[in-house]
Amino acid sequence: MQTIDLSETGLREMNKTLHAQAETTNQTTWEIINPKGAHAIACGLDAPIEVTVKGSTGYYCAGMNQKATVNIHGSAGPGTGENMMSGKVVIEGDASQYAGATGHGGLLVIKGNASSRCGISMKGINIVVHGNIGHMSAFMAQSGNLVVCGDAGDALGDSCYEARLFVRGEVKSLGADCEKKEMRPEHIEILRDLLAEAGSDAKPEEFTRYGSARNLYNFDVDNAAAY
Amino acid sequence: MNEHDPKGIPQTTPRQSATFTQDINSDIRRAAATGIYDIRGGGAKRKVPSFDDLLFMGASISRYPLEGYREKCETSVTIGGLHAENPIELDIPITIAGMSFGALSGPAKEALGRGASAAGTSTTTGDGGMTPEERGHSDKLVYQYLPSRYGMNPDDLRKADAIEIVVGQGAKPGGGGMLLGQKISDRVAEMRNLPKGIDQRSACRHPDWTGPDDLEIKILELREITGWKVPIYVKVAGARPYYDTTLAIKAGADAIVLDGMQGGTAATQDVFIEHVGQPTLAIVRPAVQALQDLGMHRKVQLILSGGIRSGADVAKAMALGADAVAIGTAALIALGDNDPKWESEYNALGTTAGAYDDWQEGLDPAGITTQNPDLMARFDPIEGGRRLRNYLKVMTLEAQTIARACGKNHLHNLEPEDLVALTMEAAAMAQVPLAGTNWYPGKPGTSY
Repeated sequence: MQTIDLSETGLREMNKTLHAQAETTNQTTWEIINPKGAHAIACGLDAPIEVTVKGSTGYYCAGMNQKATVNIHGSAGPGTGENMMSGKVVIEGDASQYAGATGHGGLLVIKGNASSRCGISMKGINIVVHGNIGHMSAFMAQSGNLVVCGDAGDALGDSCYEARLFVRGEVKSLGADCEKKEMRPEHIEILRDLLAEAGSDAKPEEFTRYGSARNLYNFDVDNAAAY
Repeated sequence: MNEHDPKGIPQTTPRQSATFTQDINSDIRRAAATGIYDIRGGGAKRKVPSFDDLLFMGASISRYPLEGYREKCETSVTIGGLHAENPIELDIPITIAGMSFGALSGPAKEALGRGASAAGTSTTTGDGGMTPEERGHSDKLVYQYLPSRYGMNPDDLRKADAIEIVVGQGAKPGGGGMLLGQKISDRVAEMRNLPKGIDQRSACRHPDWTGPDDLEIKILELREITGWKVPIYVKVAGARPYYDTTLAIKAGADAIVLDGMQGGTAATQDVFIEHVGQPTLAIVRPAVQALQDLGMHRKVQLILSGGIRSGADVAKAMALGADAVAIGTAALIALGDNDPKWESEYNALGTTAGAYDDWQEGLDPAGITTQNPDLMARFDPIEGGRRLRNYLKVMTLEAQTIARACGKNHLHNLEPEDLVALTMEAAAMAQVPLAGTNWYPGKPGTSY
């Protein structure tokens, strides 16, 4: 395992080292110590390496991740896993706002709770939150799956497109054009796989699915009150 | 018309209201019939104070002109040298503004790349991601990082020569864009992760930050992802130019793109286009003031856009302190949009050449702002590129001609002292004297 002490090696040098890892690197396991809430840790990775951050992070940790697995042994600041394309990001603690925002692919696991706007504008990413999520989560979510083992805050899935939202607990309120949906066998299957990959022992049958009512897909003056 | 009624009493001449004009009345009738606001493309059509209200004085005795066609007048500009390892070096200070694939066809994007490259300047992507057509044909390509993040990925970020974080657009400060269902083809839908045929709305703000401090961290993230190699531009609508420029500099931008209300859009509400934002003329000096106050003028470049049409506009923008300009609508016209040769087809769409702005419908007879394969096939990207290259060269020659007449051996040496204003409004906005005086409204030490 390679260890980078962020109190000695600067952010630029750390990211440069991680970015230099090729697809076939044999240095596949990395540990970052003393992150102390620094921003943009391990963002833009593009190799199948495993990076463990020992401590809490600031904004945009693992932003735009591709192929890598990033484990955060602490809590994560805003925008963790922002626009990630593939790979896996696991937060052992809580996540701040916009976790997984605009993510196109990969899996984001939040073992604690997530704050507001989790999965905002998600575009294909899968997000599994073991705890609760805050308000306006999955706002304008386009595709992918958001799985919440706890409760969801206000306005879940407001103006969402084709993303699938699964919540085990209570939903404080649904956003505009978001509705409860039928849970079909294929959804149980999707959930089972995601929960297993995220290390959750929740049962797929305990979840309710939500998604777009598709009433706002086209402009119509009769829908003006929805906004 | 009979001037007398049946009883022989003289009638008054029918008089149109200055308030309820025929245009306004047609707007009202359209709203009443459809129940939805008018959506269109293009920029503001109303007349606002503009660069046309400024004149260059040229040189006589007190200033010394350069010989036209003989003495050199430089036009190159370097953008983004403050933080980036690889700043952008342009031969001319006229760039192509961001326009989306989706709004424009693939061949149109290719033509923009061809024309700009031939003229030694850059093109810019738009909402919807980077296409192989434009990357392949653009020597220098600026990749827009937009609130919607459609098609955004780190591979394309790393292929870009610069990154432009779009915060606002001159046609719609505070508003998001639209791409109506007619233009969401299979390819556009796939690039944007959206179902085909829906009315797509672009976000008005970035989903994962809320203000200037977050912007600073966002810039850090993008720099880390791209290894600090390429410049980071920040594009703002010309709404509050002094403060927005100040905050963008504070956030670490390498360049500011400032877009006035005459700037175009692919599609948004007409009410937004005509009633939100400030004229391009009005936003330059406050932005330059912000740069000067922070000691960043000419270090952080100012790229001005919004209705730039000619070498005179270019020269005036630069005299007021801009480092470069960007053109959008003008580039589309150069490619052949709104060309009178399609007049009968414009008529069939209920409009006329020069006034066509329903780009959201995807029926552009010129094949430029459409995803319809039959219409797209009408457009030749090689010929389009040639036309754009010619137009860019002409604008540059025009600006050089003016600069030489003002005694300047580089376009950047033009200065406000080379200008006078024709109107009080233009004098106040540009902070140059009203023609025939040494005074402009608000000038310290003068009275009204």
